[in-house]
Amino acid sequence: MVKDFFSRIKGIWVPLIAVIIWELLVRSGKVNPQILPAPSAVLVRWYHYVIPAEVHDPKTMSYVKWMFSGEFFGDMWASFYRVFIGCLIGTALALPLGLVMGASTKVYDYFNPLIQVLRPIPPIAYIPLSILWFGLGNAPAVFLIALGAFFPVLMNTIVGVRAVDSIYIRAARNMGANPFVMFTQVILPAATPYILSGIRIGIGTGFICMIVAEMIAVNSGLGYRILEAREYFWSDKIIAGMFSIGLLGLAIDMVVDRLNSYLLRWHRGLE
Amino acid sequence: MTALQIKINNVHKVFKGSGGDVVALKGIDLEIHEGQFVCLLGPSGCGKSTLLNAIAGFSLPTTGNIVVNGKEVREPGPDRGMVFQEYALFPWMSVADNITFGLRIKKEDPKKIEAKLEELLTMLKLTEFRDRYPKDLSGGMRQRVAIARVLALDSPIMLMDEPFGALDALTRRSLQDELLKVWFEYKKTIIFVTHSIEEAIYLSDRIVVMSYRPGTVKKDITVKMPRLRDPTGPEFNALKAELSELVMSEQLRFEKAHMGITGD
Ligand SMILES: Nc1ncnc2c1ncn2[C@@H]1O[C@H](COP(=O)(O)OP(=O)(O)OP(=O)(O)O)[C@@H](O)[C@H]1O
Ligand SMILES: [Mg+2]
Repeated sequence: MVKDFFSRIKGIWVPLIAVIIWELLVRSGKVNPQILPAPSAVLVRWYHYVIPAEVHDPKTMSYVKWMFSGEFFGDMWASFYRVFIGCLIGTALALPLGLVMGASTKVYDYFNPLIQVLRPIPPIAYIPLSILWFGLGNAPAVFLIALGAFFPVLMNTIVGVRAVDSIYIRAARNMGANPFVMFTQVILPAATPYILSGIRIGIGTGFICMIVAEMIAVNSGLGYRILEAREYFWSDKIIAGMFSIGLLGLAIDMVVDRLNSYLLRWHRGLE
Repeated sequence: MTALQIKINNVHKVFKGSGGDVVALKGIDLEIHEGQFVCLLGPSGCGKSTLLNAIAGFSLPTTGNIVVNGKEVREPGPDRGMVFQEYALFPWMSVADNITFGLRIKKEDPKKIEAKLEELLTMLKLTEFRDRYPKDLSGGMRQRVAIARVLALDSPIMLMDEPFGALDALTRRSLQDELLKVWFEYKKTIIFVTHSIEEAIYLSDRIVVMSYRPGTVKKDITVKMPRLRDPTGPEFNALKAELSELVMSEQLRFEKAHMGITGD
């Protein structure tokens, strides 16, 4: 039992030792805490970042509002919201286009050259243009995130539709499926493994765009917060913010993973 | 004799290829009557699938035509239900949804669909697998679902392309018996492709032996033995010997042709 427990927590040793060395290094005075703060300092800073800023008074304030009076939850929500809306828009545009491009070589031939020209431009390169177009605020941020999500979803959807085994199409035609049924009940579900992995990559790209956009275009969210901390030389807060970004990324990834395995419960995976 | 249902008139099929044209079918003439169980038998590459696909409407003849119930075949349709060797079940649908697909896309009355589903699940011993996905089923079970799916269409004709080719001997035998039961109860016309001589004799009323390149009808044999047939009986074995001879000579031509091509 005891042995079991120790083998199960194997993964804790390396980070634990790294943190201890880090702490000792800073405490020994060999490193300037302004450059690299001790992990304990980061933890304290993180705690103050998370806890509500105001005293709770049940008469005037709901619990949720109280919780959001600190910076952390507000930042998390702002960042999450942007990624969510941006990826939603990017996917909503890429999915139908990808389906049509995958299904029709004619449409593909019309759109492909344009897409091949635009695709290699990193979304970040659109920052100046997006600020010019949308000004500052949520609009350019969402635009960048949508752009980041758009191409991975598009490319995977095209490949997914093309990879649909012709035997399914033949079976469906044999049973009398019209083109609409074929599209919605055969091609779309058959392509979902590809589409979902495209969405997953798209969310990853959208997440990166979100952090960058927040550093430039808005004044809320995790990306904004760590850039703000730099202005005050709060390196402990920068690192606390970075861990918060990692936390949000992990949470989103876990939810997407759950959704994936639910939607692909019929899929045999790699056999 | 029952009414004529499928008439194949002088069908040719040529595949154009870089290495020259392949004459897959040449001058096929066949008349198939309602309720007949016909096996197409022949070595690999002799054009069995090509002929079946032409009847199904997936790939039309180069010249000649096929008339089903008085109408020339131009496209696939639910009046000619197809069972594929690779099952071709939709993996994203449960067994029940796979079976009812053809009815649901026709917007049939849900009560009727449910009744049909129950009937077919019972008939093919699939009741306990109703909500499973195809990935959880064995090959034999999958082919039962594929058969049920085609039966749900209520098509008078069933086309089967080596449906039991991938199954082990025991599963194969039990599915053959199952199919005979289905054929008997639903009075289907079945065209069944196989290259197993034994399977052809065990199942069919009529065996059409095809030749290799060009694909022609080499022999058309009527099987009169009462069912269920005994694969060890003398009549069975005599027919088996006769057919082996026929198929073997085609097989040899096939091998010779390949030696000619590859040069080894
Ligand atoms: N799409 C195609 N293009 C070119 N040649 C083809 C095509 N389909 C079939 N053929 C050729 O036509 C001939 C008949 O093929 P077919 O698939 O009908 O044979 P089969 O009797 O079903 O063989 P098997 O028992 O191996 O399934 C073969 O020589 C094959 O190479
Ligand atoms: Mg074949």
